[in-house]
Amino acid sequence: MRLTAEQLDWAVHGTPLLIDVNLTVEPGQTFGLVGPNGSGKTSLLRLLAGLNKPKAGRVLINSQPLHSLKQRAIAQSIALVEQQADTTDRVTVRQVVALGRTPFLSALRPWSEEDEAIVTRALHDVDMHRMADRLWHTLSGGERQRVHIGRALAQQPKILLLDEPTNHLDIRHQLSILELVRQLPITVIISLHDLNHAMECDRIGVMDRGRLIDSGLPHDILTPNRLQQTFGVYAHVIDDPVDGKQVMRFRNAV
Amino acid sequence: MRIALTWPLTVSFGLRWLWITPAVLVAALIAGTAIGETSIPIVTILKVLANHLLGADYTVNRIDAGIIWNYRLSRAVVAACCGTSLALAGVVLQALLRNPLADPYLMGISAGASTGAVTVAVAGVGAGALSLSLGAFIGALLSFGIVVMLAHAANSGVGGGRGVQAAGAIILAGIAGSQLFNALTAFIITKSASAEQARGIMFWLMGNLSGVRWADATLAVPAALFGLVVCLWHRRSLDAFTFGADSAASMGIAVRPVRGMLIIAMALVTAVMVSIVGAIGFVGLVIPHAMRFIVGSRHTRLVPASALAGAVFLIGSDILSRVLVSGQVLPIGVITSLIGAPAFALILVRGKRS
Repeated sequence: MRLTAEQLDWAVHGTPLLIDVNLTVEPGQTFGLVGPNGSGKTSLLRLLAGLNKPKAGRVLINSQPLHSLKQRAIAQSIALVEQQADTTDRVTVRQVVALGRTPFLSALRPWSEEDEAIVTRALHDVDMHRMADRLWHTLSGGERQRVHIGRALAQQPKILLLDEPTNHLDIRHQLSILELVRQLPITVIISLHDLNHAMECDRIGVMDRGRLIDSGLPHDILTPNRLQQTFGVYAHVIDDPVDGKQVMRFRNAV
Repeated sequence: MRIALTWPLTVSFGLRWLWITPAVLVAALIAGTAIGETSIPIVTILKVLANHLLGADYTVNRIDAGIIWNYRLSRAVVAACCGTSLALAGVVLQALLRNPLADPYLMGISAGASTGAVTVAVAGVGAGALSLSLGAFIGALLSFGIVVMLAHAANSGVGGGRGVQAAGAIILAGIAGSQLFNALTAFIITKSASAEQARGIMFWLMGNLSGVRWADATLAVPAALFGLVVCLWHRRSLDAFTFGADSAASMGIAVRPVRGMLIIAMALVTAVMVSIVGAIGFVGLVIPHAMRFIVGSRHTRLVPASALAGAVFLIGSDILSRVLVSGQVLPIGVITSLIGAPAFALILVRGKRS
């Protein structure tokens, strides 16, 4: 599914958080969203997920405006993994992942074997199947994050929005989650703090003070000049002798 | 260790226990009818029930028959409905507001009901045309309306994290509304009530099933059933709020209409119950927590379990209130709080440990 944002404006209590954001993510692409803290990445993802209505502009999936769709119809296409979502309820890993089936269930469409299989598959995808019966409050931060991603996968979305999903994860799970996300045959928009991870995306966009100031191929965008101007760091790009890939090395803050 | 112990317990309960629900409820109703200052044999009760419900023609002592049918059974039925409704309102509010301390009276309903009842009883508003119950019902709705308006005003224009903000606004508005109406009640009592009247009102406010008759049951039964059907119908929506309103929205729940409808439905049901029996405390707080502990947090199980437990708990409390001090009926709210407060503390401690 293609996801398009047209001239999005968003403000809270008169403070503009997003200004004139235009964005198109092609079907199947993995789009990385980078930018300093408070640059508007989370706000943009919330608007794209239909959680907030933009003050101006609109979001389209394929060519259909998001605001013309019911919440349930949106959730059948778009899944969002929030940065912090916690609960004090006594729920198990499997029960949380099963919540992802909510948009497809109703009084006339009860839980089925197919739902069960989808949940099991999602648990395997995020490597949590061995902990399926563990209670939520016994999990580490990284395990919780993987369960949330599993829940989003159980939604079988055509567009997956992830807000800094690699926070709290150890390096092995960071890489495996990013690998999993890249392999998904769906449209993915992922906000990331690790710019070397962002280099692996198909395309990236740079947010700064509410504006999407640049987007394109990672190598074209994340230049030493851009890192200095937007992120406030001196950095240079070096070639990894093992696989020839380019890696950023950050020297010091501006 | 506790996890290993509690989880299989939760699983093994499954939904298989659902079929025993009516049996337990009927047993509780019969116990509520049998036990009292004069205990009545179960055979006599069954005969009276058969006479009334199945058109049988057993000969039963007329006084016994009167006590059973007109006083005790109607009272037990209303107690069951009230317990069910308060427990369900607690389940819904705790789920939607993501606050473990949420209870049915959070939204100013009991405070408003008190003010309404006191206004009718003491200040003589309505000049006898309004009953205590109707006054309480009107007061409850008025107070709920004010709380909702306050919450809405506090919540408008709020942006990110709206789910958290909205839940916080409702709780704060509820506290403000309750304080306002409690102050009004105190004002009316001190200004115009005699000591005798004040005692009577205190008694009523703490919950009282003494005056309950079948006419009350015709109101309570449909209200409780309505509450149960609404909760069961929306059990998946309630589950979706596990990680808050934003998460529910991202899983396809139309948060505002669903939350608004559920809260209004529970407020109405609670207002009906408060107008019949007064404000019985702790049921709506303790029963949902206790049931979460036993059957887990999924509403497919939690809703029927809480409905049943609430009913049985209130019938039991009513029996205790009649037999604990011989020759005197204690306000049922005293019993529910005496049992509920330690039970709540126990659940808190054990919950923390696990």
